[in-house]
Parts: sequence; C-alpha cells; structure tokens
Amino acid sequence: MQHPLPRRPGRGLARGIPAVLSVVSAFLIWEVYVRLSGISPLMLPAPSRVLDQMVLNRVILWENTIPTLHATLAGFSLSLTVAFVLSIVLDFMPRVRRALFPIFVVSQTLPLVAIAPLVVLWFGFDLTPKVLLVALVTFFPMLVALVDGYASTDPEIEGLLRSMGASRSVVFRRARLPSAMPYFFAGLRISITYAVVAAIFAEYVGARAGLGIVILNAKNSFRPDLVLAAVVISSALTLVLFAITALLQRAVLRWRDFGDGR
Amino acid sequence: MSMLDIQNVSVALGDTDVLGGISMHVSEGEFVSILGPSGAGKSTIFKLLTGALQLDSGAITCNGRPLAQNTQGFAFMPQHDALMPWSRVLDNLTLGLEVQGMPRKDARARVFPLLPDFGLAGFERHYPAQLSGGMRQRAALLRTIVQARPVQLLDEPFGALDALTRTQMQKWFEDRWQAARWTTLLVTHDVREAVALSDRIYVLSRRPARVIAEVTVPTPRPRLGQPITADAHALEAHLLDILLNQTGDDL
Ligand SMILES: Nc1ncnc2c1ncn2[C@@H]1O[C@H](COP(=O)(O)OP(=O)(O)OP(=O)(O)O)[C@@H](O)[C@H]1O
Ligand SMILES: [Mg+2]
Repeated sequence: MQHPLPRRPGRGLARGIPAVLSVVSAFLIWEVYVRLSGISPLMLPAPSRVLDQMVLNRVILWENTIPTLHATLAGFSLSLTVAFVLSIVLDFMPRVRRALFPIFVVSQTLPLVAIAPLVVLWFGFDLTPKVLLVALVTFFPMLVALVDGYASTDPEIEGLLRSMGASRSVVFRRARLPSAMPYFFAGLRISITYAVVAAIFAEYVGARAGLGIVILNAKNSFRPDLVLAAVVISSALTLVLFAITALLQRAVLRWRDFGDGR
Repeated sequence: MSMLDIQNVSVALGDTDVLGGISMHVSEGEFVSILGPSGAGKSTIFKLLTGALQLDSGAITCNGRPLAQNTQGFAFMPQHDALMPWSRVLDNLTLGLEVQGMPRKDARARVFPLLPDFGLAGFERHYPAQLSGGMRQRAALLRTIVQARPVQLLDEPFGALDALTRTQMQKWFEDRWQAARWTTLLVTHDVREAVALSDRIYVLSRRPARVIAEVTVPTPRPRLGQPITADAHALEAHLLDILLNQTGDDL
C-alpha cells in the first residue's frame, strides 16, 4: 500500500496571516500615535511620511541600493566559497581542524565597530573592504554549520559505504556532504541576515555610495524619515535574500518534506 | 572448503575485551546464525569482517585468502537499515554497485527485475521515509543481495519490526533464501528466528564473547508457515536455556 505523503504542517499562505496582521497593526499604531501626539517629524516621522520620502527619493535610494547589494552578494559568495573549500580540507584533516578552529573562533570575537574602520583604512573606500567585512561576518557561521553537518553523519551509513569498498572521498560525497545540507541551510539563513547589515555598516564607516552612506547623510542632516526609508529598503533586501535561500533549501532538501528519514 | 573461516579472533575496544577468542566458519550456500545476549559483541564481528575494525589476534580467511586481500567478500546489512534518507529508494538500492564502479544505468538494470520479488515495485521513486518499516527492511536486504557478494552479513535484519511484520518478513525471507541459497551469516537475538532460518547456530557468551555452543538444525525446510516441529521446539528450548543460564554473569 502507498503511504500518503505527509507535508510539513502549515506551509500554506494561511500561516503567514498572523505575521502580516501584527506588522500591519504595529505600523497603524505608530501612524495613529504620530498623528494624535503631534510629535515633530524630526523626532519621529510617521510611516506614511517615510513612504512618501521613499517615493520622492526613489532614484537616489535605488542608486545607493545597488552598491550595497553588490557588496553583500560579493562578500557572501566569497565567504561561502572559502567556507566550503576550507570545511572540506578540515574534514579530511582533523589535525588541521584542531589547530585552526581557535583562530576562527577568535575572528568572531573581534568587534565589527573596531575592525571596520581598520579594514577601510587598509583597503580604501571601494568595494574591497565591504566585501571583506561581509565575508568576515558571514564566514564563521557557514564554516561551523558545514563542519558540524559533516560530523552529524550516521556512522552506520559510513560503515555501510566502507563495507562496499568506498574510499574516504566517496564516503564524503555520498554521505557526509548530503548529511551536512540541513546544517548548511540553517547556517545560510543566519549568515544572509548578517550580510546586509555588515555591508551597510561597512559603508557607514567609509564609502562613496550605498545605503550606509544614505543613512549617514540623512542622520547628519537631521532627516529621520530618510534614515528610516533606507532602513526599510535594507530590511526588504534581507527578506528577499532570505526568501531565496528558503526556496533553494526547499529544492535541495526536498526529501525532508516526507519526514526526517527515521 | 569454508567460504568464511574465523579462527580464534580477539578484539579489545579501549579497555574492554569484546571478543575473547572466537572461532566459527561458514560453508558455501550455508545459513549460519550467531545468537547472543545484547552487547556480547555480535555487531563487532561484522565490523571486523567489513574492515571497520582491526583484529588484535587470530585470523580471518575468506575463500582461503586472508581478509585483507579480500575486501570484495561481503555484502553487509547494518543493524538499522542505514538507508540514506536523502536518496530515493532506487538510488539506495544501486548504492553498492555504483560504489564498486558500475555505471548507474547498468546498476539500475540489475535492480529493476528484483523489485517485485522484494515488494518494492512502484516504490523506486519514493524516499525511504515514505516506506513502511517492513518495506525499508526489504529495501535494505535488496541493497545487500544485489551486490552479489559471496557472503551476506545480516545484522538483526528483522529486529526493529513489530511482531506481525517480523513473522511475515521471516516467512518471505525463508522463501527467497530457499530459492537463492545465499551464503549467509545472520546475527539475531531471536531464538525462534535462528532455529527457523539457520543450518547452524553459534551461541555467544557475554563479553568478552566466546562461542559457548554450536548446534546444527536438522529440521527440513520450509519451516515457517506451518506448525513448529517437535525437534525444532526442543532445540529452541535448549538454546533459550543456554542463553538464560550459561552466557555468563547475571543480567
Ligand atoms: N568504541 C568502543 N569502545 C569501547 N567499547 C565499545 C565500543 N564500541 C562498542 N563497545 C562495546 O562492545 C560491546 C559489543 O558491542 P556490539 O555492538 O558488538 O554488541 P552486540 O552484540 O551487537 O549488541 P546488540 O545485540 O545490542 O546489538 C558492547 O558491550 C559495547 O559496549
Ligand atoms: Mg549489534
């Protein structure tokens, strides 16, 4: 007999409704408060005003979104590539892993506030320092996710492959890598949310263009409405990237739709 | 000549002596079972045979050749089915052949004709999580058998099943085995299963494991699906007595 395919509960649109409602009501309360209290828009602009500013300044905002997106994607690709290659090296050489891992942990404890100006000082106002900072911030979660993922491989599956005569690299490709995929995507989702923030922060410290520069200029000219307009765009950017990873995950981890295997 | 010959093998894991000088042999076409209490070291014997562990002393020969020169000797079914959850059933079934270098197309051509007999026809595109426990077990068995290795190593293949499914699977397996006569070494806790399926049975003591009994099962086949014979019944009682009273220290 065929077993029905159990779907993960609540994948549908219905699940998103409470979230949408709470966001909408938060904005409504904000709008109503600003109107009733008569607070100055220089202190707290209403959401409607932020929206107006987004439309008015759409050209500038768009022109400054491109560099941020560029830095985010380039930095993220860099860290992804390095993390992936390094994770394989570390998986095949446990000694190297034990030697290098503390260094990676230390790299995570460096405060971005202190590192960013130095990186800008060393690499200038162009794309390079931003790419490096995004990479620095997102690299470690990706590496840890992969290394932990490899380690989560069922020893019985490895034993089975060995009994079939599989080499270490075949065991890696057939068992360890697929076992790491759920971990990989968990790490990817965490990293991608850091990535945009890191790019904007790097721009804030020193750049010619980007959302970070928009925020910096708006702040200096006492325009909280423009600051918030840039914030909205950066959030939207993060959400879009997040959604792309979620789609990717659904495609790659299709087997998980049918339960977790045991 | 013995297909598989294990001579006075000892193994220690860390500070624990697990196997304390085990000798056993399996002839071509023979079905041999290893019965033993939990934790005795039954799975450890299979780890030795599949190269996951090295023996400390003793010798293992397969077809007269030392084990090290004969990595192609065994098809192994681990204690839990070890189906890869991320691979479809078909890809799980062809795994052994593909790892040995057979092109995927040829491997599939080998597997397909066997699907109906293993009750898996129509399920080859499913993921393991979509199969029932019995089907998973049959898939794991087919993945083992299709490798066409000289000796099948089955570690408690029916241990994880409910009583009804287990009985059905044992009967099904007996039929398959009678038709094909795979040389088989089976590990089990289940006295009735051992008596029903085996030509010979070794009983292991508690750790460090030694062979404390070796019995031949005279009952003609098929044995399942009909009332149990008096001699099989007596043998079960005898083995149960050994397991309960002579495997070493208390439970
Ligand atoms: N890495 C290890 N270090 C030390 N002892 C170990 C190790 N692995 C297994 N053992 C011990 O070896 C013994 C034999 O294990 P094994 O898995 O072979 O038992 P088994 O007879 O298959 O048991 P079961 O019937 O429960 O499957 C167990 O008592 C276990 O505690
Ligand atoms: Mg075991």
